[in-house]
Amino acid sequence: MKQKLVVVGAGMASGRMLEAVFEAGGNFDVTLFNAEPRGNYNRLMLSPVLSGEKTYDQIVTHDADWYQAHGVDCRFGEPVVKIDRANRIVTSNTGGVPYDALVIATGSAPFIVPVPGKDLPGVVAYRDLEDTNAMIAASRPGARAVVIGGGLLGLEAAAGMAARGAEVTVIHLMGHLMERQLDPAAGYLLQKDLERRGIRIHCKGATKAILGTDRVEAVLLEDGTVYPADLVCMAVGIRPEVRLANDAHLDVGRGITVDDQMRTSDPAIFALGECVEHDKQVFGLVAPLYDQAKVLAATLLGQQAAFKPVQTATKLKVTGVDLFSAGDFADAPGREDIVFRDPGRGVYKRLILEGAHLIGAVMYGDTADGAWFFDLIKQRRDVTDLRDTLIFGPAFQGGAQTDPLAAVAALPPEAEICGCNGVCKGKIVTAIGGGATTLELVRSTTKASASCGTCTGLVEQVMALTLGDSFSANANPPMCKCTDHTHEDVRRLIKSMGLKSIPAVMQDLGWKTVGGCASCRPALNYYLIADWPMDYTDDRQSRFVNERNHGNIQKDGTYSVVPRMWGGVTTPAELRAIADAADRYGVPMVKVTGGQRIDLLGVKKQDLPAIWSDLNAAGMVSGHAYAKGLRTVKTCVGTDFCRFGTQDSTGLGIQLEKLLWGSWTPAKVKLGVSGCPRNCAEATCKDIGVVCVDSGYEISVAGAAGMDVRETEFLCKVTTEAEVMEVIAAFTQLYRENARYLHRIYKWVAKVGLDWCRAQVEDPATRRALYDRFMLSQSIYQTDPWADLAAKPADWAPIADLTLRAAE
Amino acid sequence: MTAFIDIAALEDIPRQGARLVKTVLGCIAVFRTADDQVFALEDRCPHKGGPLSEGIVHGTSVTCPLHAWVFDMNTGQAQGADDGAVQTFAVRLEAGRVLLDATRLARRSAA
Repeated sequence: MKQKLVVVGAGMASGRMLEAVFEAGGNFDVTLFNAEPRGNYNRLMLSPVLSGEKTYDQIVTHDADWYQAHGVDCRFGEPVVKIDRANRIVTSNTGGVPYDALVIATGSAPFIVPVPGKDLPGVVAYRDLEDTNAMIAASRPGARAVVIGGGLLGLEAAAGMAARGAEVTVIHLMGHLMERQLDPAAGYLLQKDLERRGIRIHCKGATKAILGTDRVEAVLLEDGTVYPADLVCMAVGIRPEVRLANDAHLDVGRGITVDDQMRTSDPAIFALGECVEHDKQVFGLVAPLYDQAKVLAATLLGQQAAFKPVQTATKLKVTGVDLFSAGDFADAPGREDIVFRDPGRGVYKRLILEGAHLIGAVMYGDTADGAWFFDLIKQRRDVTDLRDTLIFGPAFQGGAQTDPLAAVAALPPEAEICGCNGVCKGKIVTAIGGGATTLELVRSTTKASASCGTCTGLVEQVMALTLGDSFSANANPPMCKCTDHTHEDVRRLIKSMGLKSIPAVMQDLGWKTVGGCASCRPALNYYLIADWPMDYTDDRQSRFVNERNHGNIQKDGTYSVVPRMWGGVTTPAELRAIADAADRYGVPMVKVTGGQRIDLLGVKKQDLPAIWSDLNAAGMVSGHAYAKGLRTVKTCVGTDFCRFGTQDSTGLGIQLEKLLWGSWTPAKVKLGVSGCPRNCAEATCKDIGVVCVDSGYEISVAGAAGMDVRETEFLCKVTTEAEVMEVIAAFTQLYRENARYLHRIYKWVAKVGLDWCRAQVEDPATRRALYDRFMLSQSIYQTDPWADLAAKPADWAPIADLTLRAAE
Repeated sequence: MTAFIDIAALEDIPRQGARLVKTVLGCIAVFRTADDQVFALEDRCPHKGGPLSEGIVHGTSVTCPLHAWVFDMNTGQAQGADDGAVQTFAVRLEAGRVLLDATRLARRSAA
């Protein structure tokens, strides 16, 4: 007869345990009770649900079909009220079920600070879908939320509500955020990052009372501060849910006491998850719980297994915040630190050494090497020999490795890649060898990156290493078929390795083709121009025809010629010169462009130098209408003529065009300057737009009116024209230095986040440095290409004419 | 019979670039690679007539500037998924001068 297995609690630990039991062919009649009216879902993913990045359906791990397929009798929404140990029967609110083996997996309950007002409507914890939905409902834009507790959970709650538009304040009792995982320096960087996202942080704040009559209205602190609140989230910690075990008189300490086989003081009753205490330790992170699940499954199947807690590493699941901590990082005698700081990039890394061993690591801003450090900690490897360059990660160990995959390549097979599911590199490699060639297949066969997802990038790197050319990650494919590197990697390596020519890039980054291709060459040429303006010489032969010949090639091989008209303003003399040129060279079409200037279409290549010379002679220069660079600055007439104008938009547009022209950018850049919010210059669908108002200038960015149509997003407001110029030059430089080739500003901003861009240009020192670098580049590149090229007209004509020879 | 005609100095053609030779058959693009090999191809992509002389030269291939067809300059064959070819002409380097085989051109003009 089948054994009767009763499980109380359908959480992540018991779910994993059932999976393991069924996978091993365990023959049980399973009854599964859950107080929540639903089955198992990935609780780690509640934060993305809260922030709106995922839906509940996407985080369900076991659906009704799964339970049915395995014959599980589901009692969801039925809390268990009693265990009758003598007769081996559990009783829920609907009746009793007998068991041969009972598993208690009741998880944890949120710790509620015992202050007046804690029971008011509007006070929630952050444990389950109900709490999450309550926070989503309360997070409408403009609503005020207070989160009590600045730990992992509290900050994820705060960031999620802030992402939905709520005004969020975090109150934290300790001196810095996440003090159990971060040291003060990293806690400070995290605080700055969150404050930049508009989240207010109050450290050393003790809650005295929650105020309100019918529902929560405010939070009062011991120091007298009052924060108005429409919702209060208590996230100060959890405690094991042990009431059922207590009532059944099992041994209970902080949690339900279990041995190495997950057995309680009653040999027929087992427990696992956040409700247990093992060797005086309780557990909150998912990795040890999954280990417990494996051990308990083995125990139930009559196999030998013992639970040994391992160290875990922490990552915060807040989009755009990159932090990692592992091991022990408290100050203590005999411990030494290696610290790396780059304030400009917001990068902080600290390694804690004790004798010859690495015992802890805290990283913020750049956590790529986290897995490698964590592995060194767990292996207790002697790092004496590595110490000089240890902080720079595995890529710098043992010579000149600079492959971005080197960090992962250097990991031994037993190195853990997925912390949630305890999946090591070797297991992933084996799965790939067994045919798991996509991320989805790797997930389904190994569970790697299937829980919190923060290791997805690492898993993809392991896949790239194992599969070689045949793997390309969906999210970020290589630049082109000539290389395995992404655009981002290439940009980074050009800077970090000091590569200053296209052949150097191709040599040192292992290009697979001779001379690249028509896709990577223009990109590399741009990256080198942008990164090394003083050292690199533009490679004309790596330019696309339009930029090489400084005109847009037309379908019949002729070109268009567009002289610059600063801010869209021209003169009768310029117009006469344009008309004369059109006549002289038989220009088939003269057209007004959308960027407020005149296009001469259908000019033959050999006529280009001459028409340019004529236009140059009338004082005009190339309009770069063909360039991945500054195109036009569209203006309205502003205060000079318009009765509504608030500022001199035309004059400002001309100044901006004179500042920015000639600069090369990843893709074309168009500006608009409108003199009032009526916005006649259509500034709010440009890459960068300025709308003048009485009190100054509103600068917005990331608009588009092409294949995609987008309204710009507000960047900042300034009060003087000089500030407009500095902010826009700095922002343009930020784009030049960071975007991938051919990405318009809106695509790039969507990737890096407007908040990050704003933080860069709002910081006076960073802004000034960006502006200075932009001007340095302009000192080289702000030249009229027409004047340079028109000087050698012979280069534009055929090199030989054999029709004459043949006629002889 | 072959008739090589001196058309230019190698230095007149930019590395990874091309120059045009006008002939009775239309324009011929004379390419120079990064390692100073020279090739001569009909300057007209079979797809939509794009001027290959304005394409980006990489290795011994050239990419048409209009719609990015790639041609192997050794054979004139389109690469990858595209199907088509351009005529190639023999070309030779001698003492820094580029010589083009004008046999076909001459025959045409004699006719």
